[in-house]
Order: sequence, then C-alpha cells, then structure tokens
Amino acid sequence: MAKRLDISDLNIYYSDFLAVEGVTMAIEPRSVTAFIGPSGCGKSTVIRSLNRMHEVIPGARIEGRIALDGEDLYGREVDPVRVRRQIGMVFQRPNPFPTMSIHANVIAGMRLNNKRMSKAAADEVVERSLRGANLWNEVKDRLNRPGSSLSGGQQQRLCIARAIAVQPDVLLMDEPCSALDPISTLAIEDLIGELKQEYTIVIVTHNMQQAARVSDQTAFFNLAGVGQPGKLIEMDATEKIFSNPSKKATEDYISGRFG
Amino acid sequence: MTTTGEPATSTTPPAKQRTRTPQRPGDIVFSFSAKAAGVLILIILAAVAAFLVAQAWPAIQTDSTELSERVHWLGQGRTLLGYVGPLVFGTVLAALIALLIATPVAIGVALFISHYAPRRLATSFGYVIDLLAAIPSVVYGLWGALWLMPKLFPAFQWLADNLGFIPLFAGPAGDPPRTILTAGIVLAVMILPIITAVSREVFLQTPTLHEEASLALGATRWEMIRMAVLPFARSGVISAAMLGLGRALGETMAVAMVLSPGLAYSIFLLQPGQQQNIAANIALKFPESSGLGVNVLIFTGLVLFLITLLVNMLARWIVSRRAEFSGAN
Repeated sequence: MAKRLDISDLNIYYSDFLAVEGVTMAIEPRSVTAFIGPSGCGKSTVIRSLNRMHEVIPGARIEGRIALDGEDLYGREVDPVRVRRQIGMVFQRPNPFPTMSIHANVIAGMRLNNKRMSKAAADEVVERSLRGANLWNEVKDRLNRPGSSLSGGQQQRLCIARAIAVQPDVLLMDEPCSALDPISTLAIEDLIGELKQEYTIVIVTHNMQQAARVSDQTAFFNLAGVGQPGKLIEMDATEKIFSNPSKKATEDYISGRFG
Repeated sequence: MTTTGEPATSTTPPAKQRTRTPQRPGDIVFSFSAKAAGVLILIILAAVAAFLVAQAWPAIQTDSTELSERVHWLGQGRTLLGYVGPLVFGTVLAALIALLIATPVAIGVALFISHYAPRRLATSFGYVIDLLAAIPSVVYGLWGALWLMPKLFPAFQWLADNLGFIPLFAGPAGDPPRTILTAGIVLAVMILPIITAVSREVFLQTPTLHEEASLALGATRWEMIRMAVLPFARSGVISAAMLGLGRALGETMAVAMVLSPGLAYSIFLLQPGQQQNIAANIALKFPESSGLGVNVLIFTGLVLFLITLLVNMLARWIVSRRAEFSGAN
C-alpha cells in the first residue's frame, strides 16, 4: 500500500512528436501531488504514463525511467496489465460501465484478479469501497441499479470506489472534477483528503484553487509554445508554490497573468 | 422501471400552453419529405401484404381434397397447411444453421478488424469482407454445388460414421451432399458480410471512455473486450444477426442450386431429399404451376413474409429487454 514514485528524465512521445521533455520528480507516499499548468503542457500525458495508459494510443511511447518503490515500471519483464492493477486511475469524465449494476461496477477490477469470489466477500468489498468513496449511504438500497442511473458526482465517486476496490498502491486522478458541479467537487475533494491517509494520490487539475486546497506537493508544467514539448518548471510544497514560487513563470501562472 | 404505486398523474395532464413557433420554409420542406418517405414505405409494405393475401386467398378457400386434385404437385391428400408446414420447418432450419455458423465467425472477424488488426490491414480486410456481399447468389450456388460439395463430403461421412448416434448426424451421408447442412453452410458464407459489417461498426463505436476504464483496472485486451466492448455492442450484434437471418430466410437461388428438396419434418442434416426452403420452392415450382398452383405458392410466400416479420419483432424485443442497462441512458 501507498508506494512512492520516482520519475527520472522522462520524455514522452506521440509517434515522432515529443510531447513532454525531461521530467524528473519524486512523488511521496501518503500525500497528494497536484499537476497544474496550461492546456497542452503535458500534465495529463505525464499522469497517463505513470500507469502505462499512455501507450494504449497507437504510436505512443516514452523514454526514461519511472519507478514504483524502486521497481522500474517500464522494465523489460514488466506487464503493463500488472502495472495498471497496482496503480488505479480516475478519469476526467465519470465512466462507470453502463451495462453493469453499481455492485458489479465496484467489483469489476476484483473480478479480473480472481474470478471466483464468494458473494459475502464481494459484498464486503463493495461496502468497504463505497464507504471509502463516501457513496455507501446514497446507494446502499439500490446496488442493483445501473451505474449510469447515478448523478455525475455520484458516478465519479463510484469510479473512485471501483479504483480503490482493488487496493492499489497509487491512485491517479486526471481532472476528476472538471465535469462536476461545485457541490460534487467539494465531495470529491473531501474524499481525496481522506484517501491520502492510505494511498499515494496524483491529481491533474485545471483549477488552481483546487490544487491549493487538496495537495501537499504541486508540480507546475509549462510549454514554450504550440508544437514545443511541455516541461516541468518547478515542483515544491504546495504552500511554497502558491505563496513564494522560485520561478517567474510559476508566479505568472498562479497569479493569473497567463494560462 | 415499473412504478406501480405512483399516483395517476397521467390522467390529468396539465393544460399545455401552445406557443406557435414560426415556421421556416426549410423546416416545412424537410419535415414533409421525411414524412412522405416514412408513409411511402408503409404503403409499399401494405401493398405487398395485400397482394399476398389477395392472391393466396383462392388457395386458402378451396377445399383440401379439391386442392390436391387440381394442383398435381401437391401430392395425394396433402392439405395446404400440411404442405406449407414442412417448408416453414426447412426454411427456419436452414436459416438457423447459417446463423449458428456465421454469427460467431462474424463477431470474431469484426473484433479482429476493430480491435486487433493493425489499422492498415484492418481497412483492406474490411473491404474484402464487404466484397463477399457483392457476389450474386447464383454464383454462391455454383460455388456451393461445384466446389464446396465434393470438399464437404468426406467431413459429412466422418460425422455420420462417428457422431451418427446423434439424430442430427444420422447417416447415411448423401453423396453428393445436397443436404440442408450444405445449404446452411453456403447461406452462412452469404450472410457473413452483413453481420460482420454491422458488428464492426458497433464495436468501433464503443466509447473510448469505457475501454480506458477497463484497461485502467488492469484488464487485458480480451478482458477489455468482454467488459466494455461486447456489453455495449450486444444489441447491435443481435440486430446484425437478425439482418443476416432475414437474408438467410429469404434466400432462393443458392438453396435451389444446392439442396435436394423434400417435404419432411426431418432433422437429419446429412441426408438429401429431406427439407426444402420456401423461397427456393417457389422458384422451382413456379414454372410448372398455373391457376390454383400459383395461389398455393403465393400462400407459402405470405407465410415467409409473416415469419420474417416475426423474426424482426423478436429481435426488437430482445434488444429492448435490457434497454436500461444498454448505456443508452
């Protein structure tokens, strides 16, 4: 549970296009690390390379090293499927499986790992995960309804429940609140605060207030111009980034001078 | 969802305030032409049905002894229903064999094109499959009769020798195998392209969101297909199979050229001269029919029309049964 991620000299490509260049950073366990930066700076690309979802796109590849507690995620013998079972992900738009019930959605990941699970064990996992995602009280009476019958915010918490049901080492969140209203956003942010007791969390956000509210560390990405690769400008404790950043570009961005 | 205890709100609809939106000429023209097209198809359907009923009526009305006297190929003492029954059986049997063979293959091919093959190969492969649909059914009949049958005979003989204890495969295997199984195989090849093409389109429309959801949970390619693609595509694949079934039910030429006809309720797939399908029967019998004989054949056509209608309604029902979980909401 809760492992650290070390990224060194990461270059990420889409075919021949260098999208992100030279990222080196350490992501601490049991903390929230936020990626901020203008659109197209590569923050989503970086987070997708952390669980090898980047390479799902044809022609996409990386150079460099990403290690989970010292173990290279891109090693020759490493199966990307295993990596994704260790590192969970929540997407920009809620994506529960529409053909599955709420119950089946939560244990979808467990079903992949061990096909045979007693009903009692499954129910226990469902309750634990839904409680973990602050959704249990809202859905406990209708676990057999389709996941798509929930509101957007509930669907997103269902996706979080699905991701934590398999007890991953790291939880990645790619703009998890960008499709949600302020109240649902608040619910997710509270949840992130609770989840960091147990998980290493990386969150991409466009909302700087959100990064300031939920994260312990903040990484600022920027790009020199269209067609240029995105780069990590600086990474530091969140208070420092938002009060006294060491780079001029960071200060310009957080003070709203561009982006 | 069925709500039973709901107060009856539907009995007193609130008085609708009708605000007239201004009518634009483009809207009027388009709405008229769309409506006209819709009405036209209904008129054509009704006209076909009316023709079939009107032409079949003399055969329905005529007393069965008189009918068997006046229509020489009907056979001694056969009633109209006694004639059409085995034909319906043969039609459905041939179509089901075709569907059972073609659907799994078509799903496999469609998945290969949509999710496994490299993009360039997938495109050209798709064209080749579509080409199968462009081959006239006479050519399929020739292919089945001249090329396929000799190749099938050893396999059929093996089936009869080794699995003959199952009634379906009871011997002796006919040589040449002008049997319902051969016809079913030829039909399967003929309906493969339509099922493949529709399934492929549906598979390609699976939301990336759902595919990524399963991949991010650590699903392999096949698990991703099972979790995200197949459930999403389920109703589309059923529709595709029903389109194929419709074609197999109505296929005339290929069946007429391959199958040795018979009029038995027979499940012997390897013996010739057992079954016949309605469309091929009409084609073969029409040249030697006149008067009441034609009416009998048109009656069988009416029955085929009804079967096809039933199949389509069944497909609709299957598709709508779990609409709530279909992802359409």
